[in-house]
Amino acid sequence: MSQAGPDGDSGNAVSVLELRGVSKAYGQEPAAVHALAGVDLSVRAGEMVAVMGPSGSGKSTLLTIAGSLEDADSGEVLVCGMAVAGMTRGRRARLRRRVIGYVFQDFNLLPGLTAAENAALPLELDGVPVPKARVAGLAALEALGVAHRAGWFPDQLSGGERQRVAIARAVVGDRRLLLADEPSGALDSVNAGEVMRLLHEACQRGAAAVVVTHDARLAAWADRIVLLRDGRMTGHTTRPPGPESLLTPGQAR
Amino acid sequence: MSVPHVLLALLSEGPKYGLQLREEFEAGTGEVWPLNVGQVYKTLGRLERDGLAESDDTGPEGPQKRYRITDAGQLALAGWLRTPPDLTSPPRDELLMKVLVAARVPGTDAHEVIQAHRVYLLELMQQWTRLKEGEARDDLSLALVVDAELFRLDAVIRWLDAAEVRLERAAAEPPRPASVPVPAPQLRRLGARR
Repeated sequence: MSQAGPDGDSGNAVSVLELRGVSKAYGQEPAAVHALAGVDLSVRAGEMVAVMGPSGSGKSTLLTIAGSLEDADSGEVLVCGMAVAGMTRGRRARLRRRVIGYVFQDFNLLPGLTAAENAALPLELDGVPVPKARVAGLAALEALGVAHRAGWFPDQLSGGERQRVAIARAVVGDRRLLLADEPSGALDSVNAGEVMRLLHEACQRGAAAVVVTHDARLAAWADRIVLLRDGRMTGHTTRPPGPESLLTPGQAR
Repeated sequence: MSVPHVLLALLSEGPKYGLQLREEFEAGTGEVWPLNVGQVYKTLGRLERDGLAESDDTGPEGPQKRYRITDAGQLALAGWLRTPPDLTSPPRDELLMKVLVAARVPGTDAHEVIQAHRVYLLELMQQWTRLKEGEARDDLSLALVVDAELFRLDAVIRWLDAAEVRLERAAAEPPRPASVPVPAPQLRRLGARR
Protein backbone atom coordinates (compact mmCIF):
# COMPACT_ATOMS: atom_id res chain seq x y z
CA MET A 1 0.00 0.00 0.00
CA SER A 2 1.25 3.43 -0.87
CA GLN A 3 1.31 4.84 2.65
CA ALA A 4 3.40 1.91 3.77
CA GLY A 5 6.82 3.16 2.70
CA PRO A 6 9.16 3.76 5.64
CA ASP A 7 9.72 7.31 4.46
CA GLY A 8 6.07 7.85 3.71
CA ASP A 9 5.10 10.24 0.97
CA SER A 10 5.46 13.22 3.23
CA GLY A 11 8.97 14.34 2.40
CA ASN A 12 10.97 15.00 5.53
CA ALA A 13 8.12 14.88 8.07
CA VAL A 14 8.37 12.07 10.60
CA SER A 15 5.21 10.06 11.01
CA VAL A 16 3.56 10.50 14.37
CA LEU A 17 2.38 6.93 14.14
CA GLU A 18 3.87 4.23 12.01
CA LEU A 19 2.84 0.60 11.84
CA ARG A 20 5.04 -1.68 9.75
CA GLY A 21 3.85 -5.16 9.00
CA VAL A 22 1.97 -5.41 12.26
CA SER A 23 0.34 -8.76 13.00
CA LYS A 24 -1.58 -9.92 16.03
CA ALA A 25 -3.33 -13.18 16.77
CA TYR A 26 -5.31 -14.26 19.80
CA GLY A 27 -5.38 -17.83 21.06
CA GLN A 28 -3.30 -20.84 20.05
CA GLU A 29 -2.86 -22.29 16.60
CA PRO A 30 -4.66 -23.89 14.89
CA ALA A 31 -7.64 -22.12 16.49
CA ALA A 32 -5.94 -18.72 16.62
CA VAL A 33 -7.86 -15.68 15.51
CA HIS A 34 -5.75 -13.39 13.37
CA ALA A 35 -6.89 -9.94 14.39
CA LEU A 36 -4.27 -8.15 12.31
CA ALA A 37 -2.20 -9.55 9.48
CA GLY A 38 0.67 -7.47 8.13
CA VAL A 39 -0.84 -4.02 8.56
CA ASP A 40 1.11 -0.98 7.37
CA LEU A 41 -0.08 2.46 8.33
CA SER A 42 1.60 5.80 8.60
CA VAL A 43 -0.05 8.90 10.02
CA ARG A 44 1.60 12.30 9.78
CA ALA A 45 1.22 15.33 12.01
CA GLY A 46 -1.86 17.26 11.01
CA GLU A 47 -3.49 14.22 9.45
CA MET A 48 -6.67 12.49 10.51
CA VAL A 49 -7.06 8.89 9.43
CA ALA A 50 -10.26 6.91 9.83
CA VAL A 51 -10.14 3.13 10.04
CA MET A 52 -13.32 1.48 8.81
CA GLY A 53 -14.35 -2.10 8.69
CA PRO A 54 -17.00 -4.54 9.81
CA SER A 55 -16.98 -5.78 13.40
CA GLY A 56 -14.21 -8.30 13.91
CA SER A 57 -12.08 -6.74 11.19
CA GLY A 58 -9.34 -5.79 13.65
CA LYS A 59 -10.12 -2.08 14.02
CA SER A 60 -10.01 -1.99 17.80
CA THR A 61 -6.91 -4.20 17.96
CA LEU A 62 -5.18 -1.75 15.65
CA LEU A 63 -6.01 1.05 18.05
CA THR A 64 -4.86 -0.73 21.22
CA ILE A 65 -1.58 -1.63 19.52
CA ALA A 66 -1.14 1.94 18.23
CA GLY A 67 -1.76 3.16 21.78
CA SER A 68 0.89 0.73 23.10
CA LEU A 69 -1.69 -0.92 25.33
CA GLU A 70 -0.94 -4.21 23.64
CA ASP A 71 2.07 -5.62 21.84
CA ALA A 72 2.12 -6.75 18.26
CA ASP A 73 3.18 -10.37 17.62
CA SER A 74 5.34 -9.18 14.78
CA GLY A 75 6.09 -5.99 12.95
CA GLU A 76 7.04 -2.58 14.27
CA VAL A 77 5.15 0.20 15.99
CA LEU A 78 6.75 3.63 16.06
CA VAL A 79 5.30 6.62 17.86
CA CYS A 80 7.01 9.90 16.96
CA GLY A 81 9.80 7.86 15.44
CA MET A 82 10.43 5.77 18.58
CA ALA A 83 9.97 2.02 18.52
CA VAL A 84 7.51 1.02 21.20
CA ALA A 85 8.74 -2.57 21.42
CA GLY A 86 12.08 -1.68 22.96
CA MET A 87 10.64 0.54 25.68
CA THR A 88 10.56 -0.28 29.37
CA ARG A 89 7.17 -0.36 31.06
CA GLY A 90 7.86 3.02 32.61
CA ARG A 91 8.79 4.69 29.35
CA ARG A 92 5.83 3.20 27.67
CA ALA A 93 3.48 4.49 30.38
CA ARG A 94 5.04 7.93 30.02
CA LEU A 95 4.50 7.80 26.26
CA ARG A 96 0.86 6.98 26.85
CA ARG A 97 0.44 9.83 29.31
CA ARG A 98 2.35 12.50 27.43
CA VAL A 99 2.05 11.85 23.75
CA ILE A 100 -1.17 9.93 23.27
CA GLY A 101 -4.66 11.23 23.96
CA TYR A 102 -7.70 9.00 24.07
CA VAL A 103 -11.26 9.94 23.26
CA PHE A 104 -13.72 7.54 24.81
CA GLN A 105 -17.15 6.65 23.57
CA ASP A 106 -18.99 8.07 26.57
CA PHE A 107 -16.44 10.82 27.28
CA ASN A 108 -15.83 9.67 30.88
CA LEU A 109 -15.62 13.07 32.57
CA LEU A 110 -15.20 12.79 36.33
CA PRO A 111 -18.32 14.25 37.94
CA GLY A 112 -16.60 15.64 41.04
CA LEU A 113 -14.12 17.74 39.05
CA THR A 114 -14.69 20.99 37.19
CA ALA A 115 -14.17 21.25 33.45
CA ALA A 116 -10.72 22.77 34.03
CA GLU A 117 -9.76 20.04 36.51
CA ASN A 118 -10.97 17.34 34.14
CA ALA A 119 -8.95 18.83 31.30
CA ALA A 120 -5.81 19.13 33.43
CA LEU A 121 -6.13 15.68 34.98
CA PRO A 122 -3.86 13.71 32.60
CA LEU A 123 -1.03 16.17 33.26
CA GLU A 124 -1.52 16.08 37.02
CA LEU A 125 -1.48 12.28 36.96
CA ASP A 126 1.75 12.57 35.05
CA GLY A 127 3.29 14.57 37.89
CA VAL A 128 3.13 18.00 36.29
CA PRO A 129 2.86 20.61 39.08
CA VAL A 130 -0.75 21.63 39.60
CA PRO A 131 -0.47 25.31 38.59
CA LYS A 132 1.29 24.38 35.37
CA ALA A 133 -1.23 21.64 34.63
CA ARG A 134 -4.10 24.09 35.21
CA VAL A 135 -2.64 26.57 32.74
CA ALA A 136 -2.36 23.86 30.11
CA GLY A 137 -5.89 22.66 30.91
CA LEU A 138 -7.27 26.15 30.45
CA ALA A 139 -5.41 26.54 27.16
CA ALA A 140 -6.98 23.31 25.92
CA LEU A 141 -10.45 24.46 26.98
CA GLU A 142 -9.78 27.75 25.22
CA ALA A 143 -8.82 25.99 21.98
CA LEU A 144 -12.12 24.11 22.09
CA GLY A 145 -14.18 27.20 22.84
CA VAL A 146 -15.26 26.22 26.37
CA ALA A 147 -12.90 28.32 28.52
CA HIS A 148 -15.95 30.15 29.90
CA ARG A 149 -17.09 26.86 31.45
CA ALA A 150 -13.79 26.20 33.24
CA GLY A 151 -15.32 26.29 36.73
CA TRP A 152 -18.43 24.30 35.89
CA PHE A 153 -19.05 20.66 36.78
CA PRO A 154 -19.93 18.09 34.12
CA ASP A 155 -23.58 17.88 35.17
CA GLN A 156 -23.91 21.64 34.65
CA LEU A 157 -22.65 21.39 31.07
CA SER A 158 -24.64 20.70 27.93
CA GLY A 159 -23.89 17.54 25.96
CA GLY A 160 -21.96 19.54 23.37
CA GLU A 161 -19.88 21.22 26.05
CA ARG A 162 -19.07 17.88 27.67
CA GLN A 163 -17.80 16.64 24.30
CA ARG A 164 -15.55 19.65 24.03
CA VAL A 165 -14.16 19.21 27.53
CA ALA A 166 -13.48 15.53 26.81
CA ILE A 167 -11.59 16.40 23.66
CA ALA A 168 -9.72 19.16 25.52
CA ARG A 169 -8.63 16.51 28.02
CA ALA A 170 -7.45 14.28 25.19
CA VAL A 171 -5.31 17.00 23.59
CA VAL A 172 -4.09 18.71 26.78
CA GLY A 173 -0.38 19.42 27.02
CA ASP A 174 0.08 19.23 23.29
CA ARG A 175 -0.51 15.53 22.79
CA ARG A 176 0.53 14.60 19.32
CA LEU A 177 -1.41 11.41 18.74
CA LEU A 178 -5.15 11.19 19.31
CA LEU A 179 -6.81 7.80 19.31
CA ALA A 180 -10.56 7.43 19.22
CA ASP A 181 -12.68 4.29 19.13
CA GLU A 182 -16.20 5.05 17.89
CA PRO A 183 -15.89 8.44 19.56
CA SER A 184 -19.45 9.51 19.04
CA GLY A 185 -21.06 6.56 20.83
CA ALA A 186 -24.76 7.14 21.25
CA LEU A 187 -24.81 10.75 20.05
CA ASP A 188 -27.30 11.86 17.42
CA SER A 189 -25.88 12.43 13.96
CA VAL A 190 -25.48 16.20 14.27
CA ASN A 191 -23.55 15.97 17.55
CA ALA A 192 -21.55 12.98 16.32
CA GLY A 193 -20.45 15.12 13.39
CA GLU A 194 -19.48 17.83 15.84
CA VAL A 195 -17.09 15.45 17.65
CA MET A 196 -15.43 14.68 14.33
CA ARG A 197 -15.24 18.37 13.47
CA LEU A 198 -13.45 19.06 16.78
CA LEU A 199 -11.02 16.19 16.26
CA HIS A 200 -10.31 17.38 12.74
CA GLU A 201 -9.67 20.90 14.04
CA ALA A 202 -7.25 19.46 16.60
CA CYS A 203 -5.40 17.86 13.68
CA GLN A 204 -5.32 21.15 11.85
CA ARG A 205 -3.57 22.55 14.92
CA GLY A 206 -0.90 19.87 14.45
CA ALA A 207 -2.04 16.63 16.08
CA ALA A 208 -2.35 13.32 14.27
CA ALA A 209 -5.48 11.25 14.83
CA VAL A 210 -6.65 7.72 14.21
CA VAL A 211 -10.37 7.26 14.50
CA VAL A 212 -11.95 3.84 14.37
CA THR A 213 -15.55 3.76 13.23
CA HIS A 214 -18.01 1.69 11.27
CA ASP A 215 -19.94 4.81 10.28
CA ALA A 216 -19.10 6.20 6.84
CA ARG A 217 -20.57 9.59 7.70
CA LEU A 218 -18.07 9.96 10.54
CA ALA A 219 -15.15 8.47 8.63
CA ALA A 220 -15.77 11.03 5.90
CA TRP A 221 -14.37 13.74 8.18
CA ALA A 222 -10.93 12.14 7.92
CA ASP A 223 -8.23 13.12 5.45
CA ARG A 224 -7.78 9.48 4.58
CA ILE A 225 -9.95 6.43 5.15
CA VAL A 226 -8.40 2.98 5.34
CA LEU A 227 -10.52 -0.12 5.02
CA LEU A 228 -9.84 -3.13 7.15
CA ARG A 229 -11.21 -6.59 6.58
CA ASP A 230 -10.21 -9.78 8.36
CA GLY A 231 -7.19 -8.01 9.79
CA ARG A 232 -5.89 -6.84 6.44
CA MET A 233 -6.00 -3.48 4.77
CA THR A 234 -8.07 -3.91 1.68
CA GLY A 235 -8.08 -0.36 0.41
CA HIS A 236 -7.90 3.32 1.17
CA THR A 237 -9.08 6.60 -0.18
CA THR A 238 -6.57 8.91 -1.74
CA ARG A 239 -6.47 12.39 -0.32
CA PRO A 240 -9.65 14.00 -1.60
CA PRO A 241 -9.50 17.13 -3.73
CA GLY A 242 -11.19 20.26 -2.40
CA PRO A 243 -14.97 20.38 -2.31
CA GLU A 244 -15.01 22.81 -5.26
CA SER A 245 -15.03 19.91 -7.67
CA LEU A 246 -18.50 18.97 -6.45
CA LEU A 247 -19.99 22.30 -7.35
CA THR A 248 -18.60 23.00 -10.78
CA PRO A 249 -21.67 23.29 -12.99
CA GLY A 250 -22.50 20.19 -14.93
CA GLN A 251 -20.40 17.95 -12.76
CA ALA A 252 -22.64 17.85 -9.71
CA ARG A 253 -25.45 16.01 -11.40
CA MET B 1 -39.83 19.61 -11.84
CA SER B 2 -39.76 21.54 -8.58
CA VAL B 3 -38.45 24.81 -10.05
CA PRO B 4 -41.92 26.42 -10.46
CA HIS B 5 -42.81 25.69 -6.85
CA VAL B 6 -39.50 26.94 -5.50
CA LEU B 7 -40.09 30.19 -7.43
CA LEU B 8 -43.61 30.38 -5.97
CA ALA B 9 -42.11 29.88 -2.50
CA LEU B 10 -39.72 32.79 -3.10
CA LEU B 11 -42.60 34.95 -4.36
CA SER B 12 -44.64 34.08 -1.28
CA GLU B 13 -42.17 36.27 0.64
CA GLY B 14 -43.10 39.30 -1.50
CA PRO B 15 -42.92 40.60 -5.10
CA LYS B 16 -39.58 40.00 -6.82
CA TYR B 17 -37.71 40.53 -10.11
CA GLY B 18 -36.60 37.68 -12.33
CA LEU B 19 -32.88 38.14 -11.73
CA GLN B 20 -33.47 38.36 -8.01
CA LEU B 21 -35.46 35.10 -8.16
CA ARG B 22 -32.61 33.34 -9.87
CA GLU B 23 -30.10 34.53 -7.28
CA GLU B 24 -32.35 33.56 -4.41
CA PHE B 25 -33.12 30.18 -5.97
CA GLU B 26 -29.44 29.33 -6.16
CA ALA B 27 -28.69 30.65 -2.66
CA GLY B 28 -31.73 28.88 -1.23
CA THR B 29 -30.70 25.52 -2.60
CA GLY B 30 -27.13 25.74 -1.39
CA GLU B 31 -25.94 26.80 -4.88
CA VAL B 32 -25.80 23.15 -5.78
CA TRP B 33 -28.31 23.41 -8.62
CA PRO B 34 -27.49 26.20 -11.02
CA LEU B 35 -30.44 27.79 -12.81
CA ASN B 36 -30.09 29.90 -15.95
CA VAL B 37 -31.99 33.10 -16.34
CA GLY B 38 -33.86 31.90 -19.43
CA GLN B 39 -35.27 29.04 -17.39
CA VAL B 40 -36.45 31.53 -14.78
CA TYR B 41 -38.34 33.67 -17.29
CA LYS B 42 -39.79 30.67 -19.07
CA THR B 43 -41.08 29.30 -15.77
CA LEU B 44 -42.44 32.70 -14.71
CA GLY B 45 -44.26 32.96 -18.04
CA ARG B 46 -45.88 29.60 -17.40
CA LEU B 47 -46.84 30.51 -13.84
CA GLU B 48 -48.43 33.70 -15.16
CA ARG B 49 -50.30 31.80 -17.86
CA ASP B 50 -51.67 29.38 -15.26
CA GLY B 51 -52.73 32.21 -12.97
CA LEU B 52 -50.32 31.24 -10.19
CA ALA B 53 -48.27 34.43 -10.43
CA GLU B 54 -48.78 37.86 -11.97
CA SER B 55 -46.50 40.65 -13.11
CA ASP B 56 -46.73 44.44 -13.09
CA ASP B 57 -48.62 45.39 -16.22
CA THR B 58 -46.75 48.67 -16.50
CA GLY B 59 -43.20 47.34 -16.80
CA PRO B 60 -41.73 46.24 -20.14
CA GLU B 61 -40.77 42.62 -20.79
CA GLY B 62 -37.47 41.52 -19.26
CA PRO B 63 -35.51 42.27 -16.14
CA GLN B 64 -37.64 45.24 -15.07
CA LYS B 65 -40.73 43.13 -14.63
CA ARG B 66 -41.76 42.38 -11.06
CA TYR B 67 -43.72 39.26 -10.17
CA ARG B 68 -46.02 38.43 -7.30
CA ILE B 69 -47.83 35.29 -6.22
CA THR B 70 -51.61 35.02 -6.62
CA ASP B 71 -54.09 33.36 -4.23
CA ALA B 72 -54.23 30.40 -6.58
CA GLY B 73 -50.41 30.32 -6.45
CA GLN B 74 -50.48 30.24 -2.65
CA LEU B 75 -52.89 27.29 -2.76
CA ALA B 76 -50.81 25.44 -5.35
CA LEU B 77 -47.69 25.97 -3.25
CA ALA B 78 -49.35 24.74 -0.04
CA GLY B 79 -50.63 21.66 -1.88
CA TRP B 80 -47.24 20.89 -3.42
CA LEU B 81 -45.45 21.13 -0.07
CA ARG B 82 -47.71 18.50 1.45
CA THR B 83 -47.83 16.10 -1.49
CA PRO B 84 -45.18 13.38 -1.12
CA PRO B 85 -43.12 12.86 -4.27
CA ASP B 86 -43.65 9.56 -6.06
CA LEU B 87 -41.11 7.13 -4.62
CA THR B 88 -43.08 3.93 -5.18
CA SER B 89 -40.96 2.37 -7.89
CA PRO B 90 -37.25 1.83 -7.25
CA PRO B 91 -35.02 3.85 -9.56
CA ARG B 92 -33.04 1.86 -12.11
CA ASP B 93 -29.80 2.23 -10.27
CA GLU B 94 -26.61 1.72 -12.23
CA LEU B 95 -24.57 0.66 -9.22
CA LEU B 96 -27.21 -1.90 -8.23
CA MET B 97 -27.06 -3.32 -11.75
CA LYS B 98 -23.27 -3.54 -11.66
CA VAL B 99 -23.26 -5.52 -8.43
CA LEU B 100 -26.08 -7.80 -9.60
CA VAL B 101 -24.20 -8.46 -12.81
CA ALA B 102 -20.79 -8.82 -11.15
CA ALA B 103 -22.08 -11.83 -9.28
CA ARG B 104 -22.77 -13.62 -12.58
CA VAL B 105 -19.88 -12.66 -14.81
CA PRO B 106 -17.42 -15.58 -14.77
CA GLY B 107 -14.00 -14.70 -13.42
CA THR B 108 -15.22 -11.52 -11.74
CA ASP B 109 -14.42 -10.98 -8.10
CA ALA B 110 -17.55 -9.35 -6.70
CA HIS B 111 -15.62 -8.14 -3.64
CA GLU B 112 -13.23 -6.26 -5.83
CA VAL B 113 -16.10 -4.66 -7.73
CA ILE B 114 -17.82 -3.69 -4.49
CA GLN B 115 -14.61 -2.34 -3.02
CA ALA B 116 -13.96 -0.06 -5.99
CA HIS B 117 -17.41 1.47 -5.61
CA ARG B 118 -17.06 1.74 -1.85
CA VAL B 119 -13.79 3.67 -2.07
CA TYR B 120 -15.25 6.02 -4.67
CA LEU B 121 -18.35 6.67 -2.55
CA LEU B 122 -16.22 7.33 0.53
CA GLU B 123 -14.14 9.84 -1.39
CA LEU B 124 -17.31 11.61 -2.48
CA MET B 125 -18.48 11.66 1.13
CA GLN B 126 -15.16 13.17 2.19
CA GLN B 127 -15.60 15.95 -0.35
CA TRP B 128 -19.14 16.72 0.81
CA THR B 129 -17.94 16.68 4.40
CA ARG B 130 -15.21 19.23 3.58
CA LEU B 131 -17.96 21.42 2.21
CA LYS B 132 -19.90 20.94 5.42
CA GLU B 133 -16.84 21.80 7.45
CA GLY B 134 -16.27 25.00 5.50
CA GLU B 135 -18.94 26.92 3.65
CA ALA B 136 -21.94 25.02 4.95
CA ARG B 137 -21.24 26.09 8.52
CA ASP B 138 -23.00 29.41 8.00
CA ASP B 139 -25.31 28.39 5.21
CA LEU B 140 -28.37 26.50 6.38
CA SER B 141 -29.58 25.61 2.89
CA LEU B 142 -26.22 24.22 1.88
CA ALA B 143 -25.95 22.30 5.18
CA LEU B 144 -29.31 20.65 4.48
CA VAL B 145 -28.35 19.77 0.91
CA VAL B 146 -25.00 18.36 2.04
CA ASP B 147 -26.66 16.26 4.76
CA ALA B 148 -29.12 14.84 2.24
CA GLU B 149 -26.26 13.86 -0.05
CA LEU B 150 -24.24 12.34 2.79
CA PHE B 151 -27.17 10.26 4.00
CA ARG B 152 -27.85 9.08 0.45
CA LEU B 153 -24.24 8.06 -0.16
CA ASP B 154 -24.09 6.44 3.28
CA ALA B 155 -27.14 4.36 2.41
CA VAL B 156 -25.45 3.15 -0.77
CA ILE B 157 -22.33 2.15 1.18
CA ARG B 158 -24.44 0.27 3.71
CA TRP B 159 -26.18 -1.52 0.91
CA LEU B 160 -22.77 -2.49 -0.53
CA ASP B 161 -21.77 -3.85 2.90
CA ALA B 162 -24.94 -5.91 3.08
CA ALA B 163 -24.55 -7.09 -0.51
CA GLU B 164 -21.02 -8.25 0.24
CA VAL B 165 -22.21 -10.31 3.20
CA ARG B 166 -25.04 -11.81 1.16
CA LEU B 167 -22.76 -12.76 -1.71
CA GLU B 168 -20.32 -14.31 0.72
CA ARG B 169 -23.02 -16.39 2.36
CA ALA B 170 -24.43 -17.46 -0.97
CA ALA B 171 -20.97 -18.58 -2.08
CA ALA B 172 -20.52 -20.59 1.13
CA GLU B 173 -23.88 -22.33 0.87
CA PRO B 174 -24.32 -25.38 -1.29
CA PRO B 175 -26.20 -24.48 -4.47
CA ARG B 176 -29.93 -24.98 -4.22
CA PRO B 177 -31.40 -27.91 -6.08
CA ALA B 178 -32.69 -26.61 -9.37
CA SER B 179 -35.89 -28.61 -8.98
CA VAL B 180 -37.31 -26.27 -6.35
CA PRO B 181 -39.57 -23.97 -8.32
CA VAL B 182 -40.14 -20.39 -7.29
CA PRO B 183 -43.88 -19.88 -6.91
CA ALA B 184 -44.84 -18.10 -10.08
CA PRO B 185 -47.93 -16.17 -8.94
CA GLN B 186 -45.96 -14.42 -6.22
CA LEU B 187 -43.34 -13.31 -8.70
CA ARG B 188 -45.94 -11.89 -11.03
CA ARG B 189 -47.52 -9.89 -8.25
CA LEU B 190 -44.15 -8.44 -7.30
CA GLY B 191 -43.49 -7.45 -10.87
CA ALA B 192 -46.83 -5.76 -11.18
CA ARG B 193 -46.19 -3.54 -8.20
CA ARG B 194 -43.07 -2.13 -9.73
